[in-house]
Amino acid sequence: MAGAVTSHLSHEAAKRPKHITESPIVKWVLISIALLFLALVVLLPLISVFIEAFKQGMSVYWASITDPDAVSALKLTLMTALIAVPLNTIFGIAAAWAITKFSFRGKNLLITLIDLPFSISPVISGLIFVLLFGAQGWFGPWLDDHNIQILFALPGIVLATTFVTFPFVARELIPLMQAQGVHEEEAAASLGAKGWQIFWRVTLPNIKWGLLYGIILCNARAMGEFGAVSVVSGHIRGETNTLPLHVEILYNEYQFSASFAVASLLVFLAVITLIVKSIVEWRTSIVQAGKEGEQADAH
Amino acid sequence: MSNMAKTKKFSLRSIMILSVFALALAGCGGGNGNNSGNTSGNSTTTTDNASNTSGSNATEPKPAVELLNVSYDPTRELYEAYNKLFIDYWKTEQNQDVTIKQSHGGSGKQSRAVIDGLKADVVTLALGYDIDAIAEKGLIGTDWQQKFDNNSSPYTSTIVFLVRKGNPKGIKDWNDLIKDDVEVITPNPKTSGGARWNYLAAWGYALKQNNGDEAKAQEFVAELFKHVPVLDSGARGSTTTFVERGLGDVLLAWENEAYLSVNELGKDKFEIVYPSISILAEPPVAVVDKVADDKGTREVAEAYLDFLYTEEAQKIIAENYYRPQLASVAEQFKDRFPTLELLTIDKDFGGWKEAQTKHFADGGIFDKIYVPGS
Amino acid sequence: MKGSKARSVLPGFGLSLGFTVFYLCILVLIPLAGIVVKTTGLTWDQFWQTVTSQRVLASYKISFFTSFFAALINLVFGLIVAWVLVRYKFPGKKLVDALVDLPFALPTAVAGVALTAIYAPNGWVGSLLEPLGVKVAFTPLGITIALIFIGLPFVVRTVQPVLQDLEKETEEAAVMLGAYRWRTFRRVILPELIPPLLTGFALAFARGLGEYGSVVFISGNMPMKTEITPLLIMTKLEQYDYSGATAIALMMLLASFAMLLLINYIQWRSNRRAVTE
Repeated sequence: MAGAVTSHLSHEAAKRPKHITESPIVKWVLISIALLFLALVVLLPLISVFIEAFKQGMSVYWASITDPDAVSALKLTLMTALIAVPLNTIFGIAAAWAITKFSFRGKNLLITLIDLPFSISPVISGLIFVLLFGAQGWFGPWLDDHNIQILFALPGIVLATTFVTFPFVARELIPLMQAQGVHEEEAAASLGAKGWQIFWRVTLPNIKWGLLYGIILCNARAMGEFGAVSVVSGHIRGETNTLPLHVEILYNEYQFSASFAVASLLVFLAVITLIVKSIVEWRTSIVQAGKEGEQADAH
Repeated sequence: MSNMAKTKKFSLRSIMILSVFALALAGCGGGNGNNSGNTSGNSTTTTDNASNTSGSNATEPKPAVELLNVSYDPTRELYEAYNKLFIDYWKTEQNQDVTIKQSHGGSGKQSRAVIDGLKADVVTLALGYDIDAIAEKGLIGTDWQQKFDNNSSPYTSTIVFLVRKGNPKGIKDWNDLIKDDVEVITPNPKTSGGARWNYLAAWGYALKQNNGDEAKAQEFVAELFKHVPVLDSGARGSTTTFVERGLGDVLLAWENEAYLSVNELGKDKFEIVYPSISILAEPPVAVVDKVADDKGTREVAEAYLDFLYTEEAQKIIAENYYRPQLASVAEQFKDRFPTLELLTIDKDFGGWKEAQTKHFADGGIFDKIYVPGS
Repeated sequence: MKGSKARSVLPGFGLSLGFTVFYLCILVLIPLAGIVVKTTGLTWDQFWQTVTSQRVLASYKISFFTSFFAALINLVFGLIVAWVLVRYKFPGKKLVDALVDLPFALPTAVAGVALTAIYAPNGWVGSLLEPLGVKVAFTPLGITIALIFIGLPFVVRTVQPVLQDLEKETEEAAVMLGAYRWRTFRRVILPELIPPLLTGFALAFARGLGEYGSVVFISGNMPMKTEITPLLIMTKLEQYDYSGATAIALMMLLASFAMLLLINYIQWRSNRRAVTE
């Protein structure tokens, strides 16, 4: 039960015998280094965002996040994430299943292609959709004839976002499922379980943490994407501006506080997903404890 | 055990529901796109409403219409005020409701968006070059500059210096910018329309000082850009660098931007210096013929731009620190806009196309400044 | 242990692989093909001139070195962060764990503005470093810092799960055989961590090469000195030179692809070895 080991490792760590851990000095030195590094690189920018956001007081903060343009940007951002994230989740599961449960030629190539959107400059990620669907692009004239608007409307924004967040779920699942191997699934299959049954009953419980984690990362990135979306959005106020674009516009209008206030909204959205993760984790740990109790009884 | 099975089933179902929901949404997304592209469909529904109510009204209201004005960064306040004025005017004049959507961004980027299919009825950009680029693709007639008065520029501006309060480095004119201890902030002419005006103004000054000697002028701008510690990608980025980061002694900026910075960011911290000579910046406007004809909005789009030349509109323009074209309004605001010698892009630089190839295109003079050994 | 052969008892190979390839084609491959096709609008000479002009070469160098050093720093500190988060308990651990994901969530432009504000000569950290003669914002060092911010989660999040899955038994066995902690780490743990570290490094590096939004604010964009390759692509676009822009984009694409392929190959081999042993 490799999966089970992963999921309740936190209990395990506490129970580990003393002689195999480092001395407390090493431990605290490492913790300090890690915290100092994070403080300098990540925490400091975060703090500066919040300080700027509240610089002109609560009323300015509130006014800027309830501004109609900000609200419509928020709606657009959530909508985009709601489409892009589930699509990439389904893809991630399918890709991880194919790659880790079977062997076939060109697997490395496939994994690399899946990774590719990570490493493509956001500038280019937007540009490729312009080359495809732009009025001067491959499908542009056809789309124009049929009165279908992809660029500078929701579909274009969703496409760019989906592209940028494409690998997150797959990338999270592949190493995990690879480490878990195929034994459990094969055992289930030999006992006569059907395809979906194997997936729902055996695989999914084993990968749920990785999956959840991938979804959260994918979601965070989907809501925060700036470069690629900026190319395909058209910047129509109250219509095709996502939250990150709205932040840029406010900043360019010297409304620094308002701009950081809206940026902090994105931080809050990310925090909410993390809280959801913690709640799920907590609920399952209760279930897990119950399960362990039962297992102990059975022995 | 039964407890656990239940949770598993729960999560199973919720994931399934989620994915179905996602697919449905994706479908809707496509549908939405359809609608926004097909404005004529929208307006038909409004016609029905209108004809229902027409019985009670003496003059029959026309169906509501929507315009998209694609503009560059600093015009937001200007068009926000102007749109209100125009909407009222059009309502009383034509008894038709207009909604005007705005899109702002870097001038070149905005022009590219229109080329790539952003359905703008009118464009109001920073440089003629950017509208020429749209015209080249056949979306706008090539004679667009003759369609409206004053080269289709309802307002002008110029390039001025923004210095720190009290002008500690004593900057008065272009040649002060290349003094040893002076740092100059300007955006990158390769990525910013405004920065091209800055560069050309400097070039024009040097040319005049050296009786038209281009080699000397090139030396001057090369020296000038040696004094630039940071090249931001856009005009607003440069202002932030100068104002918020405290870098540099002088910011080269549009007149309206300089006024806005002083008003928004601190009257007690900065002052504006007018050099002896500068350049006449003419931000042009045009109706995007193809879009306006497709959407049937030509009449209102043309009226929208024409109305910019009326006295009321010119007042709003002057209040937003753009130089008005109308003599009566210019007279009224003459304290705000000092007169100075202004070069023009057409007379002194042979038009945008020539200026662009000579100075800013890859391998042009601006590139040579930075490549060692040339 | 046996790897699953082509004839597996498990179902769903056709469906899952088919869907994967289909989705990949629609969303990634066909759009990327647009870049290749657009580039063919140039003759070979034009292409070569565009991608090897002096400014462009200088920008490769800057993008490469800053991304490389940023990824290297992330490799070291990312490992420490991951280790601390997996192995130790301390107050506020959950919060720190969440903090790691922040660079994904914060729009890159906001990150750029915030970092510039902090590291500019009049910023919180910049003003402390200024008297020491260290300039961060508007120098290659500034670019590196922005890229460290962008790349951090890639390293931490690839190392973390593997570290969590590391079999305690091997480690414990090593300790029982009398190995010291440091030796256990070097001989037992580190080899296991090399594949994920490499992946994390490669992802952070490749991401750094392409990063634009956060870097333009802090880099100063000085030609030949702090001009990154993505900025040159933007510059080309600003001149309506789509072919030139895609030519440079293609070079970047090939570089990232080659590197990711290499890393994935290394990782896959080391995994196979681990499985067959």
